[in-house]
Amino acid sequence: MSTATGPSARGTFLGMPAVPPRSPYGTGHLRGERTFPRAAHDELGNEQLRRNLGKATHSIRAKRLDVTGELPDWEALRDAGSAIKTDTMNRLPELLEELERKVTEHGGTVHWARDGIEANEIVTRLVRRTGSDEVLKVKSMATQEIGLNEHLESQGITALETDLAELIVQLADDRPSHILVPAIHRNRDEIREIFLRQIPGVDPALAATPAELAAAARAYLREKFMTAKVAVSGANFGIAETGTLSVVESEGNGRMCLTLPETLITVMGIEKVLPRFQDLEVFLQLLPRSSTGERMNPYTSLWTGVTPGDGPQDFHLVLLDNGRTAALADTIGREALNCIRCSACLNVCPVYERTGGHAYGSTYPGPIGAVLTPQLAGMHAAKDDPNSSLPYASSLCGACFDACPVKIDIPSLLVELRHQHTEQSGTTAEKLAMKAAATVMKQPKLFTAAQRAAGLGRVVAGRSGTFSHLPPPFRGWSDSRDTPAPPKQSFRSWFASADGAAAMRAAAQDGARHTDDDSQEAQ
Amino acid sequence: MTATARETVLRRVQDALTRSDRPEVTVPRAYRTGRALPDGERLALFVDRLVDYKAQVRTCTAGTTATVITEALRAHGARRIGVPPGLDPAWLAGWDGEVRTDSPDIPAPRLDVLDGVVTASAVSCAETGTIFLDGAAADQGRRALTLVPDLHVCVVDLSSVRTGVPEAVAQLRPERPTTLISGPSATSDIELERVEGVHGPRTLEVVIRTDV
Ligand code: SF4
Repeated sequence: MSTATGPSARGTFLGMPAVPPRSPYGTGHLRGERTFPRAAHDELGNEQLRRNLGKATHSIRAKRLDVTGELPDWEALRDAGSAIKTDTMNRLPELLEELERKVTEHGGTVHWARDGIEANEIVTRLVRRTGSDEVLKVKSMATQEIGLNEHLESQGITALETDLAELIVQLADDRPSHILVPAIHRNRDEIREIFLRQIPGVDPALAATPAELAAAARAYLREKFMTAKVAVSGANFGIAETGTLSVVESEGNGRMCLTLPETLITVMGIEKVLPRFQDLEVFLQLLPRSSTGERMNPYTSLWTGVTPGDGPQDFHLVLLDNGRTAALADTIGREALNCIRCSACLNVCPVYERTGGHAYGSTYPGPIGAVLTPQLAGMHAAKDDPNSSLPYASSLCGACFDACPVKIDIPSLLVELRHQHTEQSGTTAEKLAMKAAATVMKQPKLFTAAQRAAGLGRVVAGRSGTFSHLPPPFRGWSDSRDTPAPPKQSFRSWFASADGAAAMRAAAQDGARHTDDDSQEAQ
Repeated sequence: MTATARETVLRRVQDALTRSDRPEVTVPRAYRTGRALPDGERLALFVDRLVDYKAQVRTCTAGTTATVITEALRAHGARRIGVPPGLDPAWLAGWDGEVRTDSPDIPAPRLDVLDGVVTASAVSCAETGTIFLDGAAADQGRRALTLVPDLHVCVVDLSSVRTGVPEAVAQLRPERPTTLISGPSATSDIELERVEGVHGPRTLEVVIRTDV
């Protein structure tokens, strides 16, 4: 890995360029209304959510291990993926200009949006131009992030989600709870109820089986696909070298939207660009295997601008900043931008497994969401900013780092974000971590032991592996002991050791005495 | 004049990058590339992966292509089928149902009247069971043709099947619209139970020509 480490030189030199602005406060979906411990506390009361989520994360996790394990070069692919993304960030200006040139050469139009507000306005203007007041949507995190559907609605334009899970969420007037399976918090009976209530003309005898429910959605959306004039999509990748865009999906709703309407508008975060067409050979292996645990997802579409006689004849690409350049200006944020949104880190996270996605308050939940969200939208924009609690929504156990196909060291990034937060707020990281932990993990002392073992080495030593910037909460700890930084051992390997077992037993006894106090604090 | 959004975003990206080091990166491409497997092994691997994805697989030779395609169509009760303009007419020599030749002038929604479609393919990847369709090739047709009808009979020449993803991607023409298909349309959105067919074709029949 060759990402820049060491302290950033913020404010040191005269003439240092300004920090780019974060996503504007109060727009889009990059901030919840409640802090993580509070939101998590409420979500924990939802038994259905926890059961479904547990089933989902465990089953996807098992599939992912199977299909990554069958590739002898999996680690080499991760190394390549990580390096390609680092290279991409280093060369972002030239790559974006190259992408723009290639898309334009092939008959597309490129738009740039400083933030979500501007992107929403661009899309609205383009939709209006088609004369249509309805657009079809392919599931897209970028448009969810900027609140496009709500904005279009306010302008008298109906945006219809076509991904089955997103459709369920939309019809229920709900929010997605998982990147990959957004309606995982709903069961089949609930979905049947939602369909009966919301889909005009649906058969009242509709059975609550996945097959029948999917068929009902197929019938409902088919007519829409056939008559829609305009569709909005996101993009998984945009290839600078050729101007090719790519959408990876399973159901075919993506293909429908990318192919049948006259006008296609694609909203893509600027970090989604890839340098070369050849790079697809890496990401088409990393993404599906990490994401759904499949060797390949059922459908992937690749298109370059406009093709006469095939597909939309009017193609627009909206390149979105919305806090991405602010993230890029930060060593933590830059690494977080490498994320390809596969959701592998969510599925292995013990905290996410208990709370689900809603507790994070952002379009981007789970371990990477806890890093990315404060980077895009800031964590000091309001008093008691809910985003400032996100770096504590983790046990730092390291499972997310092991799972990440582009090797983002999420635990270390979270620790650095905790530094940034405590430096500004004057509170202690440990207290805040305990608050989140007490809520989520039920046995906070066990959690503390885990955190000590896995995280303290990182907390104390920082990413550079030195003791140069000791954070306040640990100053006393290190002053009174002559201890080297513990090795970066994964929580699970430590847990399996005799040492780990003894520590956990001791912590459990200790925890039994203190649990009541700690859960009080979580309120 | 105030800066355009384009100028602003590009300047922000530049500024962001000058705030910290940008170490040179060489991408390590130590992963497997340039793999080749003997015909038999490649075929076995490909079939195994296709079946795993709930595709239906038939093998044939150049000489029996027409017979096997007809079998595949009949197996699903198709009566009216669509074909891309450049499909080899000999492939339908045994077919007595209705055939409509596609053209860009036909509005895509009209493809909904077809029971199925027969096309060729550009390249395939054995290791993942993926078929790549080149939307600009006359024997594969525009993208809507293989999307709207409920049955897709796709003919794959074994010589076009590559071992892994890098070997297959290397065969593509980037400027052409390309669709990668791995099994029929599927969703696991309801309680993670896999259901075949939401929007795309619910049935994928792959006819592999082993001597071509
Ligand atoms: S951080 Fe890594 S594991 Fe998590 S979603 Fe992004 S790419 Fe996947």
